[in-house]
Amino acid sequence: MSKALRITGAWSVMALVAGALPLAQPVLASDQLTITSFGGAGQMATRKGQIEPFAKKTGIKITEDEYGGEVSKIRAMVESKSVSWDLVVADATAASQMCAEGIIERIDWNKLGLDRAKFVGADQQDCGVPENLYATVLAYDKDTLPTGPTTIADLFDLRRFPGKRGLYKRPFGNIEWALIADGVPIKDVYKVLRTPAGIERAFNKLDTIKKNVVWWETGAQAPQLLADRQVVMTSAWNGRIYDAVKNSGKHFQIMWHAQELGLNVWVMPKGGQHLDTAYKFLTFAVSPAQQAEPTRYMAYGPANKEANAHVDPAILPDLPSAPDHMAGALLVDTSFWAENGDELRQRFTAWLVK
Amino acid sequence: MATMAAQITGSADRVPLRLKLQRVERRRKLKAFLLVLPLLLFILTTFVLPIGRMIFNAVHEDTLLRLMPRTMSELRGWDGKDLPDEGVYAALAADLKQSWADKTAAEIGKRMNYELPGTRSKVTSSARKVSTLSTDTYKDALIEIDPLWARHEVWSLLKRGSSAYTAYYLLRSVDLQYGPDSQIVASPPENAIFRHIFLLTLGISISVTFATLVLGFPVAYLLASLPAKYSNLLMIMVVLPFWTSVLVRTTAWVVLLQQHGLVNEALMALHILSQPAELIFNRVGTIVAMTHIQLPFTLLPIYSVMKTISPTYVRAARSLGAGPFYAFWKIYFPQTLPGMAAGCLLTFILCLGYYITPALVGGPQDQMVSYFVAHYTNEELNWGMASALGAILLTATLILYYVFNKLVGTDRMKLG
Repeated sequence: MSKALRITGAWSVMALVAGALPLAQPVLASDQLTITSFGGAGQMATRKGQIEPFAKKTGIKITEDEYGGEVSKIRAMVESKSVSWDLVVADATAASQMCAEGIIERIDWNKLGLDRAKFVGADQQDCGVPENLYATVLAYDKDTLPTGPTTIADLFDLRRFPGKRGLYKRPFGNIEWALIADGVPIKDVYKVLRTPAGIERAFNKLDTIKKNVVWWETGAQAPQLLADRQVVMTSAWNGRIYDAVKNSGKHFQIMWHAQELGLNVWVMPKGGQHLDTAYKFLTFAVSPAQQAEPTRYMAYGPANKEANAHVDPAILPDLPSAPDHMAGALLVDTSFWAENGDELRQRFTAWLVK
Repeated sequence: MATMAAQITGSADRVPLRLKLQRVERRRKLKAFLLVLPLLLFILTTFVLPIGRMIFNAVHEDTLLRLMPRTMSELRGWDGKDLPDEGVYAALAADLKQSWADKTAAEIGKRMNYELPGTRSKVTSSARKVSTLSTDTYKDALIEIDPLWARHEVWSLLKRGSSAYTAYYLLRSVDLQYGPDSQIVASPPENAIFRHIFLLTLGISISVTFATLVLGFPVAYLLASLPAKYSNLLMIMVVLPFWTSVLVRTTAWVVLLQQHGLVNEALMALHILSQPAELIFNRVGTIVAMTHIQLPFTLLPIYSVMKTISPTYVRAARSLGAGPFYAFWKIYFPQTLPGMAAGCLLTFILCLGYYITPALVGGPQDQMVSYFVAHYTNEELNWGMASALGAILLTATLILYYVFNKLVGTDRMKLG
């Protein structure tokens, strides 16, 4: 009895020691990667356009995971030193925040062997490699709204367009639209927002439709709200609407005025086991020809300026970067949100409750 | 051999009976304890310890102490009246320089920004500028870099940071905060939401408990009084939803209650409504879905108590001349009270912690405390606030349980 106990004890101590030793890793650990993105059609496009070709070319085994863009997950992984994601697609604003917190790797562009200047928004990203441009747009269903909204002011026009509207449950994007609808020129939006009076003005404008808003929290909810006729129009990410039209046969229409351009970037959580392989993947995935590949499946514009030449001309009109759409576009100011995000989120949360 | 045995029994005989009994009793207790030990360890490691650790987060905050050690130790001697002297500013400059080199300035800024909105970018830009500063008069230099460092409230905040414990998160959770001189003041109205949220959580929980009682009591009575052949079938209908996930049941309510969902379409087809009623993403949807999910929790304890009530009591009352309602009200109903108390308590306490149902079928004005715990954990990354809200909710639940216990007495409750 006691001997058995002693043996068990010895084994468990040995198991503990072995677990603590880094030697316990498999020898071939560097030949695999775990890549995480937002799921849905976007991740499917990444898979078909970049992940599968890379795996085929190099024989490296790639595992995929999904998340909702929460910084907290990455932070918890890094802090508990159990980083299982090697590469993550993140929004540029979240990437700036994680970079400032020091939980993601700084990008060594020499190691990548690519020209940083060729990437849209790369100058503002020390820890991210720009992947694609997506747009937050207003979308409606032509079947229920034959003459849809034409400017963002129509989102706030309850007389011409009665009924509920879907909006993203973040201040991000909404307060910009409120100001544009209130008559602020698109180029001055962030200038006005940097004043307390500007913020007040934005919230006052949002107040006018507050009772008529259904708030969505994940990208898939927006097209669903439209499909269920729960709302007459909704803000949405252009790729989700494109996907619903292309693959589900919906008659959804995108209103491109005041589209808000955001940037998705690749980031590497600090402490990942396969840093070199991750760099290898990035060099492959964001090269001009390869970064154009996902556009076959998803209407997000490549961030590598040289990739545009490889994009199928048929999809160009659906990309946020099409010249027609760029005329009334608003570039999301990541530095504004990095500075004021905390207060605005807090105020927005309290505003929602009241 | 035989003599040895005799010796042993002989020596054992000298032990008094009382001690022997005690020894047996102790062994029995130890055995019983060993049986529950795995569960006890499980609860300790997966429940008590993590919750205790999270609650600790609500008062433990050493960001400033960890990242600005020099300033913190210099500030211990500061009397808090005028601005600190040169020594403190020199320590601040050294700490900021260090934080710029270690890339921790953003963390300091974030921490200070909680209490003084708008300081985040000022702290990081100060750190950047200080990193190239060479001077002997740090006080003037720092104030010139940013007037932030001449603000008295900033120094009060830093002084509070020299302790590893703070009441800030708990205060925020009840709409209070520190003023410029570390006195406790009310939060500004645009941020003061938490008292309202706690009352709302209480209100929704009471409404749902009441609704489940009103709906569940007659069903329990029916179940208890029907012959077994029918009551078994009914019982399955009551318990069946129990075996489906809460998420599925909640989403099913979205399908039923939405603008063009089954309920609205049916009511409009019957010309009861001319345009769809708003049944979802508001309080109505929240209470309907929560009541549906909680119904079995209230119903089953009532049912099990009703099963034990002998029909002879009511029969006796009737034979002595009581009317049907009087007999029910005076004889039957009081005997169901222990079941009602148990069912209601169970539902009420479970309701206090609801998260996913209000998040999916409620509007922004129907979100309960748990939603904000999740919000602070996942989106704001402010785990101190999340822990403080959780700690207050836990304490409030325990107090309510205590009060309930004093009023009703848990020993009188019957869970089944």
